[in-house]
Amino acid sequence: MRHTISMLLENESGALSRVAGLFSARGYNIESLTVAPTEDETLSRLTLVTSGSEDVIEQITKQLNKLVDVVKLVDLTEGQHIEREMLLIKVNAGGATRDEIRRAVDKHQARILDESETTCTIELTGTSDTLDAFVTAVSRAGIIEVVRSGVSGIARGENSLRV
Amino acid sequence: MELTGADIFVRCLADEGVEHVFGYPGGAALHIYDALYRQDKVKHILVRHEQGAAHAADGYARATGRPGVVLVTSGPGVTNTITGIATAYMDSIPLVVFSGQVATSLIGDDAFQEVDAVGISRPCVKHNFLVKDVKDLAATIKKAFYIASTGRPGPVLVDIPKDVTAHKCEYEYPRTVSMRSYSPVTDGDPAQIHQAVDLMLSAKRPMIYTGGGIVLGEASAALTELVRLLGYPCTNTLMGLGAYPATDPLFVGMLGMHGTYEANMAMHECDVLIGIGARFDDRVTGDLNKFCPHARIIHVDVDPSSISKNVPAAIPVVGASGPVINEMIRLIKASDRKPDKEALVAWWKQIGQWRAMNCLEYDRESQLIKPQYVVETLYDITGGDAYITSDVGQHQMWAAQYYKFDKPRRWINSGGLGTMGFGLPAAMGVKLAFPDATVACITGEASIQMCLQELSTCKQYDLPVKIVNLNNRYMGMVRQWQEFFYDRRYSHSYMDALPDFVKLTEAYGHIGFKIEKPGDVEGALKEAFAMKDRLVFLDFITDQTENVYPMIAAGKGQHEMHLKPCKAVVPTDRELA
Repeated sequence: MRHTISMLLENESGALSRVAGLFSARGYNIESLTVAPTEDETLSRLTLVTSGSEDVIEQITKQLNKLVDVVKLVDLTEGQHIEREMLLIKVNAGGATRDEIRRAVDKHQARILDESETTCTIELTGTSDTLDAFVTAVSRAGIIEVVRSGVSGIARGENSLRV
Repeated sequence: MELTGADIFVRCLADEGVEHVFGYPGGAALHIYDALYRQDKVKHILVRHEQGAAHAADGYARATGRPGVVLVTSGPGVTNTITGIATAYMDSIPLVVFSGQVATSLIGDDAFQEVDAVGISRPCVKHNFLVKDVKDLAATIKKAFYIASTGRPGPVLVDIPKDVTAHKCEYEYPRTVSMRSYSPVTDGDPAQIHQAVDLMLSAKRPMIYTGGGIVLGEASAALTELVRLLGYPCTNTLMGLGAYPATDPLFVGMLGMHGTYEANMAMHECDVLIGIGARFDDRVTGDLNKFCPHARIIHVDVDPSSISKNVPAAIPVVGASGPVINEMIRLIKASDRKPDKEALVAWWKQIGQWRAMNCLEYDRESQLIKPQYVVETLYDITGGDAYITSDVGQHQMWAAQYYKFDKPRRWINSGGLGTMGFGLPAAMGVKLAFPDATVACITGEASIQMCLQELSTCKQYDLPVKIVNLNNRYMGMVRQWQEFFYDRRYSHSYMDALPDFVKLTEAYGHIGFKIEKPGDVEGALKEAFAMKDRLVFLDFITDQTENVYPMIAAGKGQHEMHLKPCKAVVPTDRELA
């Protein structure tokens, strides 16, 4: 099953490689991983999407918690939460396909960031499924580049991940 | 007053109470070596290879319980320690390894003797640091010792660039350390312990299975009290030997791949398994689908990730072995319930029948020296009170089976990583920690050659350990597996072109004996161990065909042991000549 794990990490060089190294050393999957500093500059927030049986997910969270640089960790999948991912996509948009692209952009509430004679660069933020659907929708036009940020997640309501 | 980083480094070690450092100098560490030269609080032991430094510090740590300390230079200096660091990591041994690094301005330039020490050691350390500013040096060293020695212990590496050791700042050694991201647990959850005790007291066929966590947690006395209070059988893992007295009637021997028949059968048949400070390693469990099929399992461990990793626990308890066992004892004493006497009598009767198989019996009439006989005789003449280090292979298993350890920290071996070459440097570390103790390294002719150069260190620092070489001219365990599982194709396991160990030892300034007849074994051992101030290398020419029994083949269940010592069919020296 797919799990979204979010953690606060000491904002130190090498901390990210400890997380990534753990996954390769123990043979766990990483589907996506995003990391950036928080309002507290000593901390980074990392969101990681992985998949595995319940036993494997339990080991993953235990092993992550064991890393000295991991300050706090939550498996967002265990509760109500919000996930968002950003997509930047460049597609062929010459001639008649441009209208087709525009219709898809409107339908998915995406935004055109840049246009040239033959291309169109689009931004869309949403769940991974929404992004997948949009990529499929515009794929007929011909995809030139896909850039996805990986999933960021946060708990709903009053639950929070803080030090 | 401002001090250089190098002087701060040495002051930190002294303030941390470090007496001995095992190391080897080199360019990036020269400022530190200069600071060591100008003081007399911290004693430096110059090894002959950095792997030896790591193993010696490891042996020192295993024997004393205090962190072992290593100091090496950058590049090859630190890469040579990696095997030793990984060895300590697998067995949860507190080690602090300091490596010199090229100057911060050169990092990343492929400078001379530059290697990414933090990157290369990451998978086999508990934690590591690169110190980029001299102002962080003292605090980092404090953290390194704290992390290495608390919770589930382990090695910590601190990489120190050369310019950091030259820069100056005010020195103050932090008295305490607190880290928001690291707070090891000690006491277990009272409700969980309560449940565990309830299950323990309901058992009809209980089994207590403990490992290195008892030794690391200094919980040997508590465990002994618990086992005697309950009257339950107790088995120890390879790493846990000595944690419960081997000569006690409640002890059923080591378990696992080469464990006793009674220990493995009792594991297989038990209805409640009480695992404390043991990690259900594959060499213990065999086939997980056949492991303890009738048992409800209690698992106590200081590391939550050890619990339910391989075998799901019915009652997990996260906590240090000592406090948890003490709480168990308190609850049992306060409880109205007592162990089921009637059931226990029947259980012990069954265990007695398994014991009667006498699974460790071997041919005592042989005209060739049996390795088991050497270990048994060693046990007798040292009064069972020596520190025994070992290398890895058949000799290691025979040492574990036939030397009955009654005290913790006396049995020092590489259990998890299985590092050949560990024994001699580890013995050095033990002897340095306890100069008056008897220290012997049980080894084989293959393992001993992997760190043999440390004989020179033993000479320089007057470390008169005894080396008991069970020389069967084979990588014995490799040969045994080839005999059993590779249709007797003995691929590259014969140790050809062996040196004359007696002459070799003499060349290093020590004494060597070669023993070829069973009748000479006892005399040679007595003579060697009477020479308290000399290192003696005892080269026992043993029966090449001897195998380690009992044996559970990889992937088999605990009850599927090979017991019958069928005569091995291997080419002898004469046939190979």
